[in-house]
Amino acid sequence: MPRIFLFGDNIDTDQMAPGQHMKGGIEALAAHCLEGVRPEFPATVRPGDIVIGGKNFGVGSSREQAAEALKHLGVSCVIAASFAGIFYRNALNLGLPAMVATTLDGVEDGAEASVDQIAGTLTTNGRTITLEPIPANIAPMLAAGGLVPFLKQRFQSAP
Amino acid sequence: MRNGRNMKRTLAQKIIARATGAPANIGDVVTANVDLAMIHDSGGPRRVEPLLKEWGVGLWDTSKVVLISDHFVPGDTDEGARILALTRQWARDKGVSFHDGKGICHVVLPEQGHLTPGMFVVGGDSHSPTGGAFGCYMFGVGATEMAGVLATGEIWVKVPGTILIEWSGRLNPGVVAKDMMLRVCGEIGMDGGQYQAIEYTGEAVSALSMQERMTMSNMAAELGGQVGLIAPDETTAAFLRDAGAPETDWSDLQTDKGADLLAHHRFDASTLTPQVAAPHSPANAMPATEASSGVDVAYIGACTGAKYEDLAAAATILKGQKIAPGVSIAVAPSSARDQQRAADEGIMQIFEDAGARILPNACGICAGYGTDRLGADVTCISSTARNFKGRMGDQTSKVWLASPYTVAASAITGRITDPREFL
Repeated sequence: MPRIFLFGDNIDTDQMAPGQHMKGGIEALAAHCLEGVRPEFPATVRPGDIVIGGKNFGVGSSREQAAEALKHLGVSCVIAASFAGIFYRNALNLGLPAMVATTLDGVEDGAEASVDQIAGTLTTNGRTITLEPIPANIAPMLAAGGLVPFLKQRFQSAP
Repeated sequence: MRNGRNMKRTLAQKIIARATGAPANIGDVVTANVDLAMIHDSGGPRRVEPLLKEWGVGLWDTSKVVLISDHFVPGDTDEGARILALTRQWARDKGVSFHDGKGICHVVLPEQGHLTPGMFVVGGDSHSPTGGAFGCYMFGVGATEMAGVLATGEIWVKVPGTILIEWSGRLNPGVVAKDMMLRVCGEIGMDGGQYQAIEYTGEAVSALSMQERMTMSNMAAELGGQVGLIAPDETTAAFLRDAGAPETDWSDLQTDKGADLLAHHRFDASTLTPQVAAPHSPANAMPATEASSGVDVAYIGACTGAKYEDLAAAATILKGQKIAPGVSIAVAPSSARDQQRAADEGIMQIFEDAGARILPNACGICAGYGTDRLGADVTCISSTARNFKGRMGDQTSKVWLASPYTVAASAITGRITDPREFL
């Protein structure tokens, strides 16, 4: 069962993809992802786990390695009270679902949880929280696995 | 939507409508044709080329792509040097406009005449809203999305509401655009922009030079806005003429009176005093007089805080002064052109006399990508835009944000200092 890693407000991209490791590959970045706010995160997060942030998650740089590092670590979904715009776009473009929660009341760090992307719900501790749906125009791109496979299909089907 | 009935339009709506060829109603998700794409060495060739290859396509229009090296300049690490070599080879292969080692992308782009009012521009960097100072709808995207733009010439955008930030009155000596922006960050917070269009207006904004306006637009990123627009005027036109940009008609490029606004924040420039932002957020703003901290490093750098006028401001304070014992000062002029102008006017000499280390025309310590970084427990006062934990170096380093005036004054005293003492 996926577990929740709960973070506070204004988690910035420098925390997810530290500048000093930007010259390295995604492996190096992922190994240091969010260690500044939570040193054990990169070593303890497991595939399928859910990252939940407060307001303005992903504020800062345009470096998409922030979202990529989370995806590389196996994070299945990012949920937040609100997202910084560029991070939100990057996450969807990389095929990492990013969804805004209508409330984070009752969400507990370390608790088990499940997300239903289609229904737009987060279920944890016996509660079901509504998630705002992915914009309709963007959903096909996310469903394709992100912008790269989506455009690959488009260019391959072009005459 | 109520906006559907309001024929009055915001500047953001007008630019998006032109880029899509359809009315831009607030909240619509539309596909826009991109007039210009700007990329740099970090998010550029090394990241986009593998995707273009995977798609089996080239650039949609080589004449609409500008490449600028800045993040890994001067190539002081093995990997950084390799990335720069790859960047240069890609520029030759593709034949795009390439400015190599000339300075930071957001400063070089308008300086080289690439921007004209009303353009819809996408940049591969989060400080891309800087282009809004020229009346361009310019915003930042990540590398994958940029690859999509380079392949298709298109991008989706949700037509934003406009958050008007109005500055009445006039700034006092020693108070600059950076202080205005720190004040706004403190007031509305880093999510106050809600990824909508921020537009700056009012007497104090009209009175600003283009480089100062660029500082305003640049830090729309710190407010969480998608763009940071300023309606073009004669000041804009004069700058663009000097830059060799083509003449365009910008007469309709302003927000109509009576257009729907998401919010309207009012500030008074005449009562504003020098501001600083405490670690680790630009929103931790306060008057410099209320801050109490020693400083180890004074940094004048970045697209935000080392343009010609920023250098001139710092030099006004530093002239004939000595830096406090134990404090080091580093200056990374935003562009080679600005550095040359500063050198011609004796400004660079003032920095050298003060014992400043002069760094390349690049992102430098602000991006923290190279060997120049802040060490453990170092406290820095910086003219840059962002003071997130660990961004400029060790996780234990602390960065205070301030104007170039305040950075220079603090270097002299060794503690955070209101620069008006030195004017």
